[in-house]
Amino acid sequence: MTVRMNRRGFIATAAAAAAVLYVGISPNGALAASGDATALNPFVRIDADGRVTAIIKHFEMGQGPSTGLTTLIAEELGVTMDQIGFEFAPSDPQVYNNLAFGPMQGTGGSTAMANSFMQYRNAGAAARQVLIEAAAAEWDVDAAGLDIVDGRITGGGKSAPIADFVAAAAALPAPAEPRLRGPDEWRLIGKEGTVKRKDTPAKIDGTAQFAMDMQLDDQLVVVIVHAPRMGATVASVDTSAADGMSGFAMAKPLPDNSGVAVFADTTWQAIRARDAITVEWDNSAAEMRSSDQIRDELIAAVSDTSTWAPKGDQAQVAAAVEGAAKVIDRTFYFPLLAHAPMEPLTCTIEPTDNGGVILHDGAQFPTFGHMTLSQVLDLPMEKIAIRTVMAGGSFGRRANATSDYNRECAMAFALTDRSRPVKLVWTREDDIKGGYYRPAFAHRVRVGLNDRGGIIGWDHRIAGQSIMKGTSMEQMAVHDGVDHSSVEGVADTPYAVPSMSVGLSDVEKATSVLWWRSVGHSHTAYVMESMIDMVAQESGADPLALRLSMLPGETPAQTRMASVLKAVADMADWSNTGDRALGLAVHHSFGSFVAQVAQVSGGKDAPVRIEKVFAAVDCGIAVNPDVIRAQIEGGIGFGMGHAMRNQITLTEGEVDQFNFPDYEPLRISDIGAIEVQVMASAEAPSGVGEPGVPPAGPALANAIARAGGPRVTELPMMTQVDFA
Amino acid sequence: MRELRLNGKTVKVEAENGTPLLWVIRDELKLTGTKFGCGVAACGACTVHLDGEPTRSCQTYVEDLDGVEITTIEAISGDQVGAAVQQAWTELDVVQCGYCQSGQIMSAVGLLTSNPSPTAEEIDTHMWGNACRCATYQRIRAGVQRAAEILEA
Repeated sequence: MTVRMNRRGFIATAAAAAAVLYVGISPNGALAASGDATALNPFVRIDADGRVTAIIKHFEMGQGPSTGLTTLIAEELGVTMDQIGFEFAPSDPQVYNNLAFGPMQGTGGSTAMANSFMQYRNAGAAARQVLIEAAAAEWDVDAAGLDIVDGRITGGGKSAPIADFVAAAAALPAPAEPRLRGPDEWRLIGKEGTVKRKDTPAKIDGTAQFAMDMQLDDQLVVVIVHAPRMGATVASVDTSAADGMSGFAMAKPLPDNSGVAVFADTTWQAIRARDAITVEWDNSAAEMRSSDQIRDELIAAVSDTSTWAPKGDQAQVAAAVEGAAKVIDRTFYFPLLAHAPMEPLTCTIEPTDNGGVILHDGAQFPTFGHMTLSQVLDLPMEKIAIRTVMAGGSFGRRANATSDYNRECAMAFALTDRSRPVKLVWTREDDIKGGYYRPAFAHRVRVGLNDRGGIIGWDHRIAGQSIMKGTSMEQMAVHDGVDHSSVEGVADTPYAVPSMSVGLSDVEKATSVLWWRSVGHSHTAYVMESMIDMVAQESGADPLALRLSMLPGETPAQTRMASVLKAVADMADWSNTGDRALGLAVHHSFGSFVAQVAQVSGGKDAPVRIEKVFAAVDCGIAVNPDVIRAQIEGGIGFGMGHAMRNQITLTEGEVDQFNFPDYEPLRISDIGAIEVQVMASAEAPSGVGEPGVPPAGPALANAIARAGGPRVTELPMMTQVDFA
Repeated sequence: MRELRLNGKTVKVEAENGTPLLWVIRDELKLTGTKFGCGVAACGACTVHLDGEPTRSCQTYVEDLDGVEITTIEAISGDQVGAAVQQAWTELDVVQCGYCQSGQIMSAVGLLTSNPSPTAEEIDTHMWGNACRCATYQRIRAGVQRAAEILEA
């Protein structure tokens, strides 16, 4: 703590020894300032010594909110990025809710910046305003002549650090509508080179704390013997071989019989004990299908009339297509996929002195975890605290309607006498075999062309397992039988397509499925953008020109999509292809527009290598351009890597893959340089975590086709394409 | 009880034979910068240095470490190459989720120690075993090249 020893400073510091300025939302829902932490839940806290802390309501899985939301506070308040730190918010669905989700705190759908942009700016601006008012009163000057610059209140010939006015400001009411800084005043938002990631320092010296890093005194580690088939339950357990193993404490079936909890003093001891335990399983409710059978069911479903009609009249469009001069008829298949974040799933439940618990978790949906612990442990919500720590990736896995691994940890904790912390650890095998996969999907598309190659009808049928049906999200996400996440990216395409119908059929739910980075767009973009390239090839059109002709600028979305296409075409020098094999794709998702060009070598007689990828992204106001670039770079790698070689397959319900050797991640040698252009925009910020993924697979597919390789309509590509 | 040499100090550990070094470091010595990613030496998140050589600690056993100097991410800033790699990682904001980055940095330091100016291809070959599910690869490649520049200066 810096204590200024001149007389006035000394008095201010002494008086403010316990003074802290909090700005956040009061219980009545209004923006408020206070010196009392219990009066409101803050978005920003300013300590007596002037240290500023942004309270981040979203978890950090690498997508950047610990930098982005901190930037918003720093910008509005008037401090440098070095003068502000961050903390993750506690669980509070009323105050820290995701404004896009309703009364629910959580991160997903690429909404962190979109829903926080105004909220955090308002909080930072309100903090600035009360500090300035306190200084104006003390200095007896007009507040309008004061500003905060680099952490100092300045104006009217005076200047002092904000620390001097923390106590006085904490006694002032927050303005209902603080004055926000305009774009012409921004020093940080959208400014290249002004902001470094706030989480970098701790992530390069080993000090960043992830949930896997919890090391509480006297903690027990629990690993679970999971059923080899999804939905199977424990029939009998023999733990005798583990008895006497060092560190082994006990093994008991979970109360719902979904697995057997194996407790030991350390992770390795728990893993060793688990290996020694024998479990017999009851498969009566288990997934017993093989993935070939799931594939056949889906292909059959898209060959038939669809159950649901998200868009258009299928019979009418089918008739138009059948009468066309030329029909392009293709069937696509997308396999089950695992998320496989680098940090396997883990969380820790710590008992507290008052009979409650603290959940230490890389908590993506704190509200669901909070409710789950309350139910499983029979504790009132107020006796449960959630401490959010860094998450080693997620790609959607850490968020689900059942809070599966939080629930598992709670059930395990409840099997103990609740005196010791219990840390749940999933191994990579648990992760790869553990279900909650991106569902398998099939598409069949019949596009009718007239004799000039123009599209006259587009009959698009989709079949897959709904992510939302049968979960607590159903009411929100399913309308007229249609799970929007199954058809997003097709039914709402910005392309002007004459006479288009989209049909959807659901298949039996036995495999547990979940949103996976970009959700429905992870397959729909592949189909849309592959089909358009096939139409271009059939009609002899340039793929860029064809796309632009389908984006005539009749809607804002068409205009924005066309502009990222033109930008990426310029970057890739599309009009001078030369002997390069370039593949183009564009997609609109999570409010953003991303166009990509993949450049590959090989294809016909040599193995394919991704030499270079160009991308242009329009995500509205770009708060942290370099974080956005990083998200698009990562999204491209994620999208292309899975398209190239990943699938989860089942043999009579058992997952065939076990770990990274057979769920091989993209490697550094697989992909060359990526160049990303972030478009200037005055639109509200939209998503960046997911929108980089959807165009990546089809850009690669289109490049391979243009390189003389096969037109891949069944993923992963690896079964038909030899990669370098 | 046995003794290990770790980050320049002698430490006493109780782990039994057959215990992977990874779990000794994490659960017994409570140094959690070295990460568990796969347990089968297929992701590189657990990379440490054994006598300066990048090694997967999940497949290294506690009984095989007599007289071996173990270095983890927590001590790498004390190495000139390590400090340069960390500086490059900071300049380029390489990290996203960050979970693999301890291992990436330990591998990168090993590469630059033996090859002060690697080509892009040499970087790809050396770093191949370090998976990053966030796909920060091009920044890793650029980071290694930047660290080489820092070291040359």
